Amino acid sequence: MEKVPSFFDTPSPPRYSGVLSWLITTDHKRIGLMYLWVILFWFVVAMFLGGVMRLELMFRGETLMGPSSYNALFTLHGVIMIFLFIIPGIPAIFGNFFLPIQIGTDDVFFPRLNLFSWYLYVAGGGLALATLFIGGPPDTGWTFYVPFSVGTHSNVSTAVFAAFVLGMASMMTGINFVTTIHRMRHEKMGWFQMPLFTWSLYATSWVQILATPVVSITLLLIIAERFLGVGLFDPAKGGDPILYQHLFWMYSHPAVYIMILPGMGVISEILPVFARKPIFGYKAIVFSSLAIAIAGSLVWAHHMYTSGMSDTAVFVFSLLTFIVAIPSAIKVFSWVATLYKGSVLMTPPLFFALCFIYLFSVGGLTGLVLGAAGTDIHVHDTHFVVAHFHFTMFGGTGFAFFAALHHWWPKMFGRMYHFKRAYWAAVFITFGFLLHYVPMFVIGLQGMPRRYYDYVAEFETGNFVAGFGAAFMLVGLVLMLGNLMVSLRQGAVAASDPWGGTTLEWTIPSPPPLHNFIKEPEVLDYPYDFTQVLKTRRDDVEVS
Amino acid sequence: MRRAADHQGTRLGMWLFLYTEIVLFGGLFVLYAVYLSTYSSDFIEGGKSLSRLFGAANTLILLISSFAVAASITAVQKTQKKRSLLCLAVAICCGLLFLMNKYFEWGHKIHADIYPGSETLAYGAPGRNIFFGLYYVMTGLHGLHIVIGMTLLSVALVLTARERVTAENHVLLENVGLYWHLVDLIWIFIFPLFYLVL
Repeated sequence: MEKVPSFFDTPSPPRYSGVLSWLITTDHKRIGLMYLWVILFWFVVAMFLGGVMRLELMFRGETLMGPSSYNALFTLHGVIMIFLFIIPGIPAIFGNFFLPIQIGTDDVFFPRLNLFSWYLYVAGGGLALATLFIGGPPDTGWTFYVPFSVGTHSNVSTAVFAAFVLGMASMMTGINFVTTIHRMRHEKMGWFQMPLFTWSLYATSWVQILATPVVSITLLLIIAERFLGVGLFDPAKGGDPILYQHLFWMYSHPAVYIMILPGMGVISEILPVFARKPIFGYKAIVFSSLAIAIAGSLVWAHHMYTSGMSDTAVFVFSLLTFIVAIPSAIKVFSWVATLYKGSVLMTPPLFFALCFIYLFSVGGLTGLVLGAAGTDIHVHDTHFVVAHFHFTMFGGTGFAFFAALHHWWPKMFGRMYHFKRAYWAAVFITFGFLLHYVPMFVIGLQGMPRRYYDYVAEFETGNFVAGFGAAFMLVGLVLMLGNLMVSLRQGAVAASDPWGGTTLEWTIPSPPPLHNFIKEPEVLDYPYDFTQVLKTRRDDVEVS
Repeated sequence: MRRAADHQGTRLGMWLFLYTEIVLFGGLFVLYAVYLSTYSSDFIEGGKSLSRLFGAANTLILLISSFAVAASITAVQKTQKKRSLLCLAVAICCGLLFLMNKYFEWGHKIHADIYPGSETLAYGAPGRNIFFGLYYVMTGLHGLHIVIGMTLLSVALVLTARERVTAENHVLLENVGLYWHLVDLIWIFIFPLFYLVL
């Protein structure tokens, strides 16, 4: 392929250079990378917060901190991980970078709005950070449940406002992506020629647009309650605290699909490439994404079985929850079927993807235990719930994020990382993950409640073992990130198509030039057609 | 590879944004619906204590302003710049008038010791507190949107005066108009819910 300057060398707009060429750029690739660095920063911060909590829990009694610091830690860990890492993670970094390329265009539809979203995101993060220093960090948990969130003297208002601003950023990105996919797809690319990652972003963006405003108003109401004391959720003044929970989960349950759908898109993108085989059930995956987006918006009250609802409501929400499991299972079966009889080429991204399928399945199946109203009453608000959502959010979205990092790293930076270290990191993370969260299922079933810094003697073994799991995980994560960073300087120069992928991003140089395509992109009739790849390069990873 | 400006796409983005605004208020409408069924009699009484004259006047003012904005778009399309500017100025004045009315209405109520956290509400009937709590939150948020809308209208006015908004390229004015119509539309729902609840 001919040599063209990459987007690193050609700032857009061209009149700026240095830091300014990043801070006021409208190039979707640069914005994607700016998201990458900020999001990784927050991930590392929240990761260490989680590590400190785990250390506290390893031994009974007060080892490192008392109850109030512990409350602040799990709130910050939750707020940062959810609003600053998982929700924006895959769409803002990889969506921004690859969505326009995958649909054969040169940028998103509203490039300036895109940059504005980044600033909103950074501002929201700054506000979250400010809560640490002004008025005492919030101690409500990331759900900000009333009446505690209105009554507590910690700085809930700033944290809530941070979440509001981050919600705006996420909404703007959603609007941008939907418009981009509708209006800027290459003219030869029909809806069913779109890569599955783009499809998953499309479904995600709709959920972002549909659901985020509900939480925006809910969070604004908390601020109004704290400053004005309106009493809309205060029983003493005629309000109903349960209504807060309904409004909160009306967004925050769909939000878990905002978190997982892009991850599923990443996996659907990686598996066919390394199985050298068309994805099994392309349309089934597309429609299951949309089905998850729709059905996932109707199940919010399954977080509230113990809050006080009519039996009919519990029954309906339980049924709907079981229905969401079906499209998720369709995807898992399609992924496994894609691997079946493929000529599998093992690479770090595939390794992470395989771990994802296993961990996500465990997370999904334990979700059914919680979705069933009867069993949920028993394990509600225990460590079982904590283990369940870490399996889906970390084992699911987190691993998909790592897979995406390893899959697209050579494309984004034009450098290939060290494979062996990447495998070791993945093994450490996965092993540590299981050692950390499986004991939590057990002690959860035995009845250990979440959000306590101390516990009774019977939970000692489980918590002690989980601490070692956390240590393994931390080592793995540091190794993984270090390996990627080192590759930027020492890594081999990556080819334009190191893996043998078929979607459009692999037809252009690594890293891509400013306008992405040098010549008119050739859109395949079917995005996962590997006949050519199988003929020429069945099982090699190309480094130029 | 830059393509020609795609006005339809810009409008699509605006409609998506308008949708998010509707859902933002939707959360409040949900609260209203639930509390109306719990405290119907308090809501009816609260509604009677609001001035229908002021409410109706404000409704009329917003309808006129929406007409003015629509007329300004037509004027721009027909390259009648002056008429367009005049229409926009009328719309902005209507917005100001609306806010003035609201100021007097709120001031009157606050003078009567009816505001969030006031003693009359805190120790009175809970339903009455909820009614006026929602009244202040919803009209307050709506008022904020009026202010934002007026700012946007002013921006459109300046850009029209500088001929950045023209007959060929008036998608910005159109989108500002859409926003203003939305603010108007939300009031059309707030008005009967608070002033005409029987």
